[in-house]
Amino acid sequence: MSGANHVDIRTLSHPETATLEGKNKFLGFWFFLGGETVLFGTLFATFIALRNRVATGPSSQELFSLPLTFLSTIILLVSSLTSVFAVLAMKEYKIRQMQLWFWLTVVLGLAFLGLEITEFKEYVHEGLGYTTSAFSSSFYTLVGTHGCHVLFGVLWISALMIQSYKKGITTVTAPKYYVSALYWHFIDVVWVFIFTIVYLLGILGG
Amino acid sequence: MTANAHALAAYNQRKGFLSWLWTWLSTVDHKRIAILYLFGGGLFFVIGGIEALLIRIQLAVPQNDFLVGSTYNEVVTMHGTTMIFLAAMPLVFAMMNAVVPLQIGARDVAFPFVNALGFWLFFLGGIVLNTSWFLGGAPAGGWTAYAPLTTEFLGTGSDFYLLGLQLSGAGTLMGAINFMVTIINMRAPGMTFMRMPLFTWTSLITSTLILFAFPPLTVGFFLEFFDHIFHANFFNTAKGGNAIIFEHIFWIFGHPEVYILVLPAFGIISEVVATFSKKRLFGYTSMVFATVLIGFLSFMVWVHHMFTVGLGPMANSLFALATMTIAVPTGMKIFNWLFTMWGGQIHFTTANLFAVGFVPTFVMGGVTGVMLAVPSADSQYHDSYFVIAHFHYVIIGGVVFGLLAGLFYWWPKMFGKILNETLGKITFWTFFIGFHLTFFPQHFLGLIGMPRRYFTYFPDEGFNTWNLISSIGAIGMAIGAIVLVINIVITTAKGQKAAGDAWGIGRTLEWSIPSPPPEYNFAQTPLVKGIDTFWKEKMEGNKKVTPAEPLGDIHMPNPTILPFLMSIALTIAAYGFIFANQTSASRPLCLVIAAFGIGLMLLLMLIHSIKDDPGFHYHKEEIIEIEKGAE
Repeated sequence: MSGANHVDIRTLSHPETATLEGKNKFLGFWFFLGGETVLFGTLFATFIALRNRVATGPSSQELFSLPLTFLSTIILLVSSLTSVFAVLAMKEYKIRQMQLWFWLTVVLGLAFLGLEITEFKEYVHEGLGYTTSAFSSSFYTLVGTHGCHVLFGVLWISALMIQSYKKGITTVTAPKYYVSALYWHFIDVVWVFIFTIVYLLGILGG
Repeated sequence: MTANAHALAAYNQRKGFLSWLWTWLSTVDHKRIAILYLFGGGLFFVIGGIEALLIRIQLAVPQNDFLVGSTYNEVVTMHGTTMIFLAAMPLVFAMMNAVVPLQIGARDVAFPFVNALGFWLFFLGGIVLNTSWFLGGAPAGGWTAYAPLTTEFLGTGSDFYLLGLQLSGAGTLMGAINFMVTIINMRAPGMTFMRMPLFTWTSLITSTLILFAFPPLTVGFFLEFFDHIFHANFFNTAKGGNAIIFEHIFWIFGHPEVYILVLPAFGIISEVVATFSKKRLFGYTSMVFATVLIGFLSFMVWVHHMFTVGLGPMANSLFALATMTIAVPTGMKIFNWLFTMWGGQIHFTTANLFAVGFVPTFVMGGVTGVMLAVPSADSQYHDSYFVIAHFHYVIIGGVVFGLLAGLFYWWPKMFGKILNETLGKITFWTFFIGFHLTFFPQHFLGLIGMPRRYFTYFPDEGFNTWNLISSIGAIGMAIGAIVLVINIVITTAKGQKAAGDAWGIGRTLEWSIPSPPPEYNFAQTPLVKGIDTFWKEKMEGNKKVTPAEPLGDIHMPNPTILPFLMSIALTIAAYGFIFANQTSASRPLCLVIAAFGIGLMLLLMLIHSIKDDPGFHYHKEEIIEIEKGAE
C-alpha cells in the first residue's frame, strides 16, 4: 500500500502484516493450509484403511527401519527451527542472518529428500513397487505427496532467497518470507503425523 | 495519471478484436471476471440443458432407440457433471464476484490475480472435459464416478472427467480462499460481521465449505487417476483395495457441495425478498445463525448417500438423525422469508417472482429430502426416479431459481441496463410451469419403481404417461431459457439504461454507486452505519452514503496475462496425462508433455514471484471526472 512507503519500515515490528496486501496474504495462506490439512487428512484416512492390505507384497514390519526415519524426523524438525530463526531475523531486519537461516533450512530439506529417495529405492529393491498392493499405493502416495511438498518448499524458499539479495526486506517481500516459513512448519507438522501413523504404527504393527 | 495507466488507456482505445480479446484474457477486475464467469457458466448451462433435452427425448416413449446403451450413459454423466461443476458453480461465482466486493464497500477482492486464475482454471477444465466427446468418447460412469467402474471398466472418457474436474476444482478452491479473505479483511469501516448483507454472509460460509470440501474431492480424483493411469490399487480389490473408500471421499465432498450451491441462492433470495417487500429482512440474526449451522451440519451427513452400502444400523441411524436436523435451520429460513413478505409492499418483478416461486418449490425438495433421510424407506427410494425428482427440486427449485432471481436483480448493476420485464415474466412462467411438469411426475415414477440411469423401459410397466408428461415439461423449461437469451440480446442492443439505484428501492451498498460501477467501485470508501446502510441513509434524506475517507488517489492492480498462461500450462499437463493412457506407444512422449506442462506452470509461478506489480493510480482529478460522467 502506498501509505506504508512513507514510514520507515524499521519502525514496524511486524513487516509481514504491515499492509493490507500483507494481511491478506497472511490470512489467505492460513486458509490454504486449512485446505491442505483436509487434503492430507484424506490421504491419512485412506492409508489407515489400507495399511494392512499387503496382498502378496511385503508389509511395513518387514520394511521400515526406525533409525533411518528417526534421522529424517530430526533433520526436518531442525529445519523447522532454522526457519523460525530466519523469521525472527527478518523481524529485526537482519537480512544476512535471515538468508543464512533460510539457506540452512533449504539444505536440511534437501538432506531429508535425499534420505527419502534412498529409502524408497531400498523398498522398491525389496519388492514394494507402487503397484504391488493397496498398502504400497497408499504408502507411496501419502509419503510421496509430503515429499513433493518438501520439494516445492525447497524450490520456493530458494527462489525467494535468490531474490532477497536484490529486494531486501520490505513490506512487499516480508509477507512472502513469512508465509514460506509458515508452509515449511506445516510440512514439518505433517511429517510428525507420518512418523507416528505410518512408521511407528507400522513397526509396532498396531 | 501514471505512465502505466496512460499506456493502458491508449491500449484500450486501439480498437480491434485482438485488443478486445486481450483485455478480457488479462483482466483482474472482479466485475469483469464476474461477467466471464457468467458467460462461461451460461455456455455450459446451455450444453448441459441440451443434454437434458436429449435424455427427455429418449425417455419420452417406451423402448425408444434415440440414445441407447453407452451413448445414453455418456449423455447422463455429462449432463450431471456439467450442470454441477461447470454451470451451477461458476454461476454462483459470477454472482459472488459481481456483488460481494460492492456489498462490503471494497474496491477489489483480496487476490485479483488468484481470482483471474480461478476463472481460467475452471473454464479450461470445462473445455478439457467437453473435448472428450471428440477424442474417444465422453465419461460414462455417472457424475459420481464410482470406483471400480470408472477406474477399471470404462475407457478413456474417465481420464477427461478426472483431469478436467481436477483443473476446475483447483480454480474453485482458489476462488473460495479469495472470497474468505476479501470478506474478512476488506469490509468498509463500520461493516461489522453482523451488519453484512445476507448474500455476503452466505458467500463467506459457502467459501468456507469449499475450502474444506474440495480437498477430499481432489484426493479422491487423484486416487482414481493413479489407479487408472499408473495402475495403483486403491480401489482394486484383487490387490487389497477398497472401493467403498471412494464413496466416502466422494460424498464427504458431495454433500457439502449441495450446500455450497444452495447457500448463495439462499443469500440471493434473502436480498431479493427484502428489497421487493420494501422491508428489512425478518430475523436477520437467526438467518445468519441458520446459515452457519447448515454449513456445519453439511459435513455431518454424507453417509445418507450410502445408506444401502450396508454400514450397519448404528451408522445409518446417526447419519439419518443428523440429516433430519438440517431441516430445522432450513425451516427457520423459509419462515423468515415468509415473515419478510408479510405486511410488505411486495413488487412482483421477475426477480421477485423467482424468489417467491423458489419458496414452495424448495420446500417440496426439502420434504422429499427428509423422506429420503429415513434409512429403511431409503432402501425403497434408492437409485429410483424419486431421488432424481428430489434433487432436481433442490438444485433447480433452489439453486437455479435463486440464480435466476439474482441474475434479474443484479443484471442492471453488472451491465447498466435493466432486463426486459415482460420477457422476464414469460421466462419465469414457462420455466416454473415447465419445471414442475417435468419433475413432479418423476416422484411417482420413482415410487412405482422406475430406476434411474436406465436408458429405456417397457410399454407395460406403467411408466408411459408420466414420462411423456415429464418430457413435455422439459420443452417449457427450454422455452424459458431461450426467451432469457433473447431477452439478454434485446436488452444489450436497446435496453433501458439503469440508474445507480436501479430498482429505486435498493437497500445495500451496491446500489449506492453507478451502474455499472467504475473500475475502483467506490470513489470514497463508505462509512457503514447499520444493516441496509444505503436504505438508512435514504431514509435520513441523504442521496449518497456517508464517506469514511476524503477523496484521494486510488491504487489499482495492473492487468496481467499470467493467470491465463498458467491455466494453459496446467491444461497441457492434463492432456499429457489423458493421452498417456490411450496408446502404450505414445505413453512416454505424453508423460514428457505432462511434465513440460507442470514445469511451465512452475516457471510462470517464478515469473509471478519475481515481477512485483506496482499497480497504477487513479488520481483525484480523474475520479472527480469519472464520477461526474456517471451521474
